[in-house]
Amino acid sequence: MTDVITAPQATERGTAVEFRALRRTYGSAHALDGLDLALKPGELLALLGPSGCGKTTALRLLAGFDTPTSGQVLIGGKDVTGIPASKRDTGMVFQAYSLFPTMTAAENVAFGLRMRRVGAAERARRAAELLEVVGLGDRGGSYPHEMSGGQQQRVALARALAVSPSVLLLDEPLSALDARVRVQLRDEIRRVQLAEGITTLFVTHDQAEALAVADRVAVLNKGRLEQVDTPQEVYTRPATEFVAEFVGVTNHVPVEDGRIRPGADTRQVRPEGLTVGDPDGLSGTVLTSTFLGAVTRLVVTTEVGELIVDVTSRPDLPAAGEPTTVTLAP
Amino acid sequence: MTALLEAPAAPPERVRSTRSWAAALGLLPFLGYMLVFLGGPLFFVISGAFSDPDGRPTAANVLASITEPQYRAAFLSSLVLSAVTAVIGAVFGTFLAQAVLIGRPDSPLRRIVATASGVLAYFGGVPLAFAFIAALGQTGLATVFLRGIGIDLYAGGFRIDSLTGLGLTYVYFQVPLMVILITPALEGLLPQWREAAENLGASAWTYWRHVAFPVLAPALGGATLVLFGNAFAAYATALALTSGSIPLLPTAIASALSGNVLANQQNVGLALGFDMVVVIAVVMVGYLFLQRRAARWSSR
Repeated sequence: MTDVITAPQATERGTAVEFRALRRTYGSAHALDGLDLALKPGELLALLGPSGCGKTTALRLLAGFDTPTSGQVLIGGKDVTGIPASKRDTGMVFQAYSLFPTMTAAENVAFGLRMRRVGAAERARRAAELLEVVGLGDRGGSYPHEMSGGQQQRVALARALAVSPSVLLLDEPLSALDARVRVQLRDEIRRVQLAEGITTLFVTHDQAEALAVADRVAVLNKGRLEQVDTPQEVYTRPATEFVAEFVGVTNHVPVEDGRIRPGADTRQVRPEGLTVGDPDGLSGTVLTSTFLGAVTRLVVTTEVGELIVDVTSRPDLPAAGEPTTVTLAP
Repeated sequence: MTALLEAPAAPPERVRSTRSWAAALGLLPFLGYMLVFLGGPLFFVISGAFSDPDGRPTAANVLASITEPQYRAAFLSSLVLSAVTAVIGAVFGTFLAQAVLIGRPDSPLRRIVATASGVLAYFGGVPLAFAFIAALGQTGLATVFLRGIGIDLYAGGFRIDSLTGLGLTYVYFQVPLMVILITPALEGLLPQWREAAENLGASAWTYWRHVAFPVLAPALGGATLVLFGNAFAAYATALALTSGSIPLLPTAIASALSGNVLANQQNVGLALGFDMVVVIAVVMVGYLFLQRRAARWSSR
């Protein structure tokens, strides 16, 4: 993990965004049920939640592609609820395949400037500059079908930034990419966002992505906000059972006096909060052992149920079927 | 390198060659069909077009088919009729298809238009001609009704057996055919293109002009060419509606082959048929070219 990703570095250059008592219903279904959320100027806020939790609805309401049933959307303190999408001054990166297929990368990036009647020379200069920013300075003449998914999303990011919008909206922009490109582009989005100092709403269902990239994470469930806080707080101090379950893996462990005691009150403990091999620990049998690189994930059957334990990978770890003991990590 | 990363071993050459022979055998019935119903007639038309009645080779028939006034008139009428009805059909068909696609995918209107288009696109020939005579003939239902409300079509110079009447009849099957042909291309316009354009400040008009139309252009061009070919080759509708009173290429071919006008014109009839084959071949080449361009945008 790089410091670029972990350190919250919001600037004061951006524009504030606010959702006020935002509600969106489809028939009897509540996609958003009174969302109150504010984005600070220049911060990157990740809107995290499972499918159907209302996160994309919130983003579309901010972009102006949908109309709320009630409530307000404010950009820079101004109510934009009734303003059409083309006049909201937001830049958006979609999940995938949003580049205009008959235009080159440079023409795609320059499209918004063309709509604003910027001269051809200035459009070309700005497009070349932004393609350089996203690392595609040499691909300005390529068509979308000649580029990989990651390159297309980079162009989409450059296109969204070309018009210098007040707010950047990212609708699961990494979900269609493979794991390696995903991490690369995630870092790049954060780098560009910090450089531009632009207020950004990043919608994702991937908790690792949200924790890695955001200044703050807002967790949504069934159209309601469960928690808004820094990634560290959301992970270490989840406000609700749902947040604990959704953001990372959680064990329900009976704990008393700093030890696992069957029958005691249960506490939520992350897999890295447990360890194996202490002779005084709770006895169990390793059900599965999964090598994940730096760590190995063990599922241990004990008298208090199955416990998931993440331990640093080493050769002497018990294998599947072997006995072990589980304790709280020091 | 681990075993998992190794490329799978190529099948032995002999096995592959046997497989490709077996696959080619499966094509035999189709090739036989093509030979009997396309190759044979084509050979008959071309060899007849370039022979005199005694079987000696000559280019006189083909020259006559493109230089003699009555055949030139037929050629011109067919080209104009086909081009005009293709363009009208393309414009109205595209608007109709788009209007229907705006609704919900499972809407009854969408299903009705799709089904009706499937039926009406192939509702041509004699039944269609009689339907139009019954509706818009001198004493047709629509003619009488319009006359009753003060609109006299025939006083305005309209005739169902004129080129205009024939064009109107052709449009009846051209519009639904266009709906069938263009709907997949319209469905291929991704919603995020529209939203991205809107997000970047485009109005509905600028979206269609700069984004949607360039994507659709090859498909629109290709579909219009198919409509052109469809009208160019239509025979029964024209004959039943006009009884051959309007010179068109298909009816001119029929007259020449049956010796209705002049004796010993069968070879000129075949030469006219050859001209038609050339026009349709040009249309097909253009269509294939445009289809390949359309496929470029869909290879995401």
